[in-house]
Formats: sequence, C-alpha cells, structure tokens
Amino acid sequence: MAVLVVADHDNTSLKDNTHKTVTAAKALSGDIDILVAGQGVDGVAAEAAKIEGVRKVLVAESPELGKQIAEAQADAVLALAGGYDAILIPATGVGKNFAPRVAAKLDVAPISEIIEVVSNDTFVRPIYAGNALETIQSSDAKKVITVRATAFKAAGEGGSAAIEKVGAGAGAPKTHFVSEEIVKSDRPELAAAKIVVSGGRAMGSAEEFQRVIEPLADKLGAAVGASRAAVDAGYAPNDYQVGQTGKVVAPQLYVAVGISGAIQHLAGMKDSKVIVAINKEADAPIFQVADYGLVADYKTAIPELMDALTAVGK
Amino acid sequence: MKILVPVKRVIDYNVKVRVKPDQTGVDLANVKMSMNPFCEIAVEEAVRLKEKGVATEVVVVSIGPAQAQETIRTALAMGADRGVLIQTDVDVEPLEVAKLLKAVVAEEAPQIVLMGKQAIDGDNNAVGQMLSALLDWPQATYASKIEIDGAKAKVTREVDGGLQTLELDLPAVITADLRLNEPRYASLPNIMKAKKKPIDAKAAADYGVALGGHLKVLKVTEPPKRTAGVKVENAAELVAKLKTEAGVI
Repeated sequence: MAVLVVADHDNTSLKDNTHKTVTAAKALSGDIDILVAGQGVDGVAAEAAKIEGVRKVLVAESPELGKQIAEAQADAVLALAGGYDAILIPATGVGKNFAPRVAAKLDVAPISEIIEVVSNDTFVRPIYAGNALETIQSSDAKKVITVRATAFKAAGEGGSAAIEKVGAGAGAPKTHFVSEEIVKSDRPELAAAKIVVSGGRAMGSAEEFQRVIEPLADKLGAAVGASRAAVDAGYAPNDYQVGQTGKVVAPQLYVAVGISGAIQHLAGMKDSKVIVAINKEADAPIFQVADYGLVADYKTAIPELMDALTAVGK
Repeated sequence: MKILVPVKRVIDYNVKVRVKPDQTGVDLANVKMSMNPFCEIAVEEAVRLKEKGVATEVVVVSIGPAQAQETIRTALAMGADRGVLIQTDVDVEPLEVAKLLKAVVAEEAPQIVLMGKQAIDGDNNAVGQMLSALLDWPQATYASKIEIDGAKAKVTREVDGGLQTLELDLPAVITADLRLNEPRYASLPNIMKAKKKPIDAKAAADYGVALGGHLKVLKVTEPPKRTAGVKVENAAELVAKLKTEAGVI
C-alpha cells in the first residue's frame, strides 16, 4: 500500500509535525510520498525531501493553497487520492480544517487524531478530551487519517527524495481570503509550547493575573494558560483557556498556579510530561495529578519561585 | 434568511467520564447530559443574528435518542424557533451525520448552517467540514466573529497563532469556536414558551441514510493513570527538582 502524508508548513519552513506524521505513516507502509501544498514552497519541499524513508515529494502551488484555504487544500489532495490507500494529515488547526472534506468527497469515514497505529485498519484515538481511548477499525478501502503529532517520534533526516510538481486542483471559488493577523508574540503558542504556566480563579483579578502569571511565564520562556474559572471571571482572555472546552496541551512542563483542578481543566493538561501545582488548599484535586506539589499561597510562593529561578540562571 | 443549527446531546463538560468495565464505551447511565458547549455557542450566535434582524428563522436539528428532544428544547428556550429531531439509538458516525444534515438542508433550504466546531464526546471536529464538502458550499471553521452583509458572510477564524478572516458567498457552513460569544441562560418565561414550540420527529430512514457503516469501535479503555507525585516544601526545592530530577528547566 502507498501512503500520502500532507506536510505541515507555513510556506517558509517545514514543521516538525510532518516528520512525526511520517513516523505514523511508516507503521502502515514503506511507500510514503509527501504533498507540500502552498505557495512559494521550494524551500519547504527541499526540507521534506530530506526526511528519511520518503519516496517522493509532490508540490502543488496556488495563491489559495498559500493561504491554506480548506477547499483548495482538499482539492489538491483529492487530485492525488487515487494513487494512495491512506492519506495522513497532521492534526493541526490547518489539517483538521480540510481532512474531513477529503474524507467526505471520497465517501469514507475520517479517522481523527490518532495516537497509535495498531494495524493497517485499526487505530487508537482519544475521545472525551483524552479521558478515554477508543480503538477503532475502519472498513473503508481508502483511509483519511489525522495524526496527533505529539504521540509519535519525529522521523530522521538523511533522505533525498525526488521532488515533482503536481496540479493544484480546482481551488475555492466561493471562499475569499480577506486578511490575517498572526500574533507576533515573543511567547510561544499555547498549543505547541514546551512549558505552560497557567493561572486560576485564585488570582482574583485580571491585574493580578498579569502581575503574577505573565512574568513567571516569561522567565521560563513559557506560554500562558488559564483555567475556565479564571476565563469566566474575566481574569484572562478566552484563547488562554486550557481544558476540555479550550485548548488541549501536552507540554514538557505545566505549572498550575491557584488552579483547583476541575475535571474540565484536567482534561486539557493531564498529558503534560511534568505537572507542577501551586495551591494553598492541600486537598485541591490538582495535587492528584501533579508530579510536584507546593502547598502555599501563590502570593508568597511565586516571588520565591522567581528568585529561585534567578538563582539557577533563569 | 433562515439559519439551521445542528445541536448534539453529550455528557456535561463538568462530569468525570467513566469507561465501562466491559470496555464497550463510556457509562452514560445516570450521568448529567447537556448540550455540547460549542453547539450552545452556535445557537447563541444564530439567535443574536435573528435579534439583529439578519436572520428570520432559526431551526435547530438534533440527531440522537428521544432525550435529545431536551437539548432541542434548551435551544428553543434560548430563542430558536423550531426543532427537528432525527431519532436514533445507534451511534451515528460523522460521515452519516453530515449526510443526514445534507438531507435536512435540502428540505429546509437555509442560507447558513451554523454549528459547533466539534462535539466534546467524540472530539472528531469533522461534521461541519464534511457537510460543506457534500453540499459544495464554502466553509469557515473555528469562527470567533461573524458579520453578514447581504449575500456574503465575513468570518474571522481562530487559526494556529492568530486570526484569519474569510469572506464566503452564501449559502455557507460556519462552525463556532469558544470566543464567538457567551451563551445566555434561558429565562423562565422563555423556557415555558419553548415548551410550545414545534419539534418535528423524524427517522434516519426518512432521509434515506443508512447508519452504522464505516467504523467499528473495538474497545474503549481508560488512558494510563497519572499518580500523584511528591509535595515539596518550598520554591527552592521545587526548582532544584525540576532542574535535576525532571530535567525540564
């Protein structure tokens, strides 16, 4: 069987999610091609060609692909779909936006956000924000799969696949790009950050949230998150929300400050590698999932933590 | 302009989900069920568009067991006009949901299908995109702002790292993200009024869609459990452990 992996990139550089999706593809087949769909993506294609175990890299270009318009991306994939038994797409915001379209047009069931390949037709995926894992078997001849990249190791480099231009497909005549605002923050993006510092309702106000949480995040080079309680109380903007109804994160280090650990919050962060909880209530549920718990009022603990980090050169 | 809002009945987002011991699924018995939070946001937005005079009618549709009628009533209490319940007791796959909704769209002829970006049970994040593909309508997912101007919808979307704004030729499919609005609580008079609003009862067979096709759930299991770690005495000890023991800073 042959597998098509759709590259994750921003037209300028190839994202690591692609390497990880290739690893998932290797569990299915040895014949792996990568599609780079975008605009002005020669550099991206050259990077993709270096991934180990890739047969060839296909390049589709158009202005709409450059803007990652879902209709155009799905069309570019559909134009190639005939030659593949499985299509693997990184489960990023972009990937999840067009993968189901490909499945619908092929009349197959999409298989969303897999974390394990059991066999050619059987996969494990999280449901209920990771509170349960579902093992599903697909009877479709052609499979359209999105891959949760963090569950797979990145494929190595050292390959030298051939690069081929292909058609861009029909495009998106009824969808018009107007503008985009990509936040130029010095902080990493919440969903992809290696360290996340989150604040909860204990902060008491938006000013306090900014005064306490943001400097700690900046000291650690971390993204800032918040519990739903903190967001609902207006202490932090909605896009900071970590939890079942917000963002699901799995950083190397998650620091929860003044967060009690409601179920809906735990669902969004419990796959983090190391969890630190700082809370003055010793019986807060957050301590049941924390690797390191500090029972203390954040008002004294955070200044001390800042000093301790300075002392180790942070 | 008519807006169609599909809504799903799911386990309430604040309930701890328990996997059944026989691994056939999660336990739904005696568990609080609510409208999927993202569906609630979609209903709210549709009702606001009606209040602004942009929409003339808001129709909600749900696919699920008889109790999904309660979910439709919740939407009606928020201000939707009428409901359609496609009753089934089997788990309906996203592809089948999209096909059923396509059939409902053919019957209702809305200008906008406004729905949640994903349901918090299956977490597929697929139906809106699939419906858009099946209808050959433009799509804008993860909406945080919607402006309707005549035959066009300008939608601001939450994308990785920021916002993207698209203009869609109507009719179109739009899916709601968290920041679009804060859903209202229905008032008691509106809850009473909702009881009198009509709900059409349908079956999947009425739309010629066969259910239970492509995917088979082999088992549902608990994720690996996290165990509580250690308590540290102070910030200095915490930093020392993070540096030497965990190696994460």
